[in-house]
Amino acid sequence: MVPRAILPEGEAPIVVKGLVNRFGDFTVHDGLDLTVNSGEIIGVVGGSGTGKSVLMRSIIGLQEPKAGDVHVLGREITGVDPDENIGVRCQWGVLFQGGALFSTLTVGENVEVPLKQFYPEIDPSLRRDIARYKVQMSGLPEDAIAKFPSELSGGMKKRAGLARALALDPKLLFLDEPTAGLDPIGAAKFDRLTKELKETLGLTVFLITHDLDTLYEICDRVAVIADKQVIAVGTIPELLESEHPWIHDYFNGPRGRAARDTHDRGEMGFHG
Amino acid sequence: MDAAAQYSLEDDGAGGERLVLSGSYLISTIGFVDHELFALEGPLSSIDVSGIDEIDTTGAYIAVRLASENDAQLLCANPSVQRVLDAIDRTGHQADLSPQRIPVWKRVPVEMGQKVYRARSGIYGVVGFFGQILLGFASLIRSPSRFPMKPLVRQMELVGVAALPIIGLMSFLIGVVIAQQGAVQLEQFGAEALTVNLVGRITLRELGVLMTAIMVAGRSGSAFAAQIGTMKLTEEIDAMRTIGISPIEVLVIPRILACTFMMVLLGFYASMVAIVGGAVVGQLALGIPFFTFLERIQEVVPTYDLWVGLIKAPVFGLIVALAGCYHGMQVKGNSEEVGKRTTLAVVSAIFAVIVLDAFFAVFFTEVGWG
Repeated sequence: MVPRAILPEGEAPIVVKGLVNRFGDFTVHDGLDLTVNSGEIIGVVGGSGTGKSVLMRSIIGLQEPKAGDVHVLGREITGVDPDENIGVRCQWGVLFQGGALFSTLTVGENVEVPLKQFYPEIDPSLRRDIARYKVQMSGLPEDAIAKFPSELSGGMKKRAGLARALALDPKLLFLDEPTAGLDPIGAAKFDRLTKELKETLGLTVFLITHDLDTLYEICDRVAVIADKQVIAVGTIPELLESEHPWIHDYFNGPRGRAARDTHDRGEMGFHG
Repeated sequence: MDAAAQYSLEDDGAGGERLVLSGSYLISTIGFVDHELFALEGPLSSIDVSGIDEIDTTGAYIAVRLASENDAQLLCANPSVQRVLDAIDRTGHQADLSPQRIPVWKRVPVEMGQKVYRARSGIYGVVGFFGQILLGFASLIRSPSRFPMKPLVRQMELVGVAALPIIGLMSFLIGVVIAQQGAVQLEQFGAEALTVNLVGRITLRELGVLMTAIMVAGRSGSAFAAQIGTMKLTEEIDAMRTIGISPIEVLVIPRILACTFMMVLLGFYASMVAIVGGAVVGQLALGIPFFTFLERIQEVVPTYDLWVGLIKAPVFGLIVALAGCYHGMQVKGNSEEVGKRTTLAVVSAIFAVIVLDAFFAVFFTEVGWG
């Protein structure tokens, strides 16, 4: 049995303090701080190349930062041997940008991989069943389970990646641009799915996105990365007040306004 | 540490049995009880999950499946557990969908048949590919300004110049080994002097070119397949086609030309270095002075031995490049395919080179160049 890390009462599941990431002479993050609260969907936005993905990689331990602390579920992540963090790693699921499915395995086998790795005691037939309902849960048709990633469309790959991320019933879900490259209907469905999962399973979701609709529809709070730091965290109404030029341009550009209008109309329709 | 998953059976007072689940029903605990739960003798009239402290979708799945298998009612008084149960119920649980397995006695002949069938279409494919290359040459001749000079020079550098050290070392050692081993055997007839003939003729006719071709297949043929294959996966080749650039012209033809041409130079270079290696052994072990060895080579090796090597070299180069580019262009689907095709490129190139070499050996002897 894997001893799971239990989050101490009242602590935030993800705490990043003074994070510094540097590639050669290029500084990506310089003293970045971010706290993600339990049970929220936090959207992370920022221009291209501001280090959103690097931040995610630092949090999940794929990128060793030059300085700073990252705590996930109350445990130190930076500078710790990955084997010592199994208790944390079995409680997060990650969806990479392209899905990052193992190309030589079928979708079902992809979902089974983390199960096999962390819980070898589970009976193979039960493992297959678990994989099957995770695939269904992520909104894929049932026959997709026996398909190889190369036979799937981009949107289906993302859903399959989500199924794999959900395989271990994680507490934390990391999504790197989940709706990029999806058609608007598919993207809206994916948003709804994310929100549903968060509500039924009580997930905390760390969501990197460029999609303003996603921000408006499902994010509880939004963190803005610019100037090598998180310059603002808050709900969208709070950020709309911000004076910072990048944030202002971001939310008040044509796309930002369109997303806001759509959202407002949706709210009105919902209430009326 | 999580609390374990526990269960007990109770009499429900109406002749049936009630299964009471308690503790944690999580993916981390479920693996230890699921056997026992599914092995329970029914009939269960109801399953009480109110006592569960913590449940995730896996635990909920087990509970829902137990209930549906036993036709039992799920009793739940805990809203947070109920919410997860509802999520599972919505997704439904359908029949098994494991892939059909074909029995071995059927699978073996089926695969054999498919292999043969594919070999046939493979031959069509190679011939078609060669035809495309010829067409590419034809259109380049008609509009010479399009000739991909830069890629050609670049490939010549990669295939030829960059291979000089490794091929030099290999050939030198081959020369050394042939001279040394040959001398040991020839000594038994008192004919050590013939070591010169042995080294000179065998390296120029056979080994210089053959070993170089094998080395080039391993170095460059594999690189061609992997590069072109990766470009195919990342849709670079499709992008070229849409812009109106022919991938045959810019990718395949420079590689074919570079490999064919450089193979001649490399084969010659390899033979020369091997002779030097032989001469070094002659000097050190056989007492034949270095320059005497080289002079003797001129006397005992007929010029046509050099031609035999030089005629074979471009053919081998063409085969290596053709195999590499063809298999690269055949890549589709996933990254595993790139590895598979790269292996195939090298194996088929070396195989074809050795078969052709045997053919050449007989041919040149028959035409009097023995």
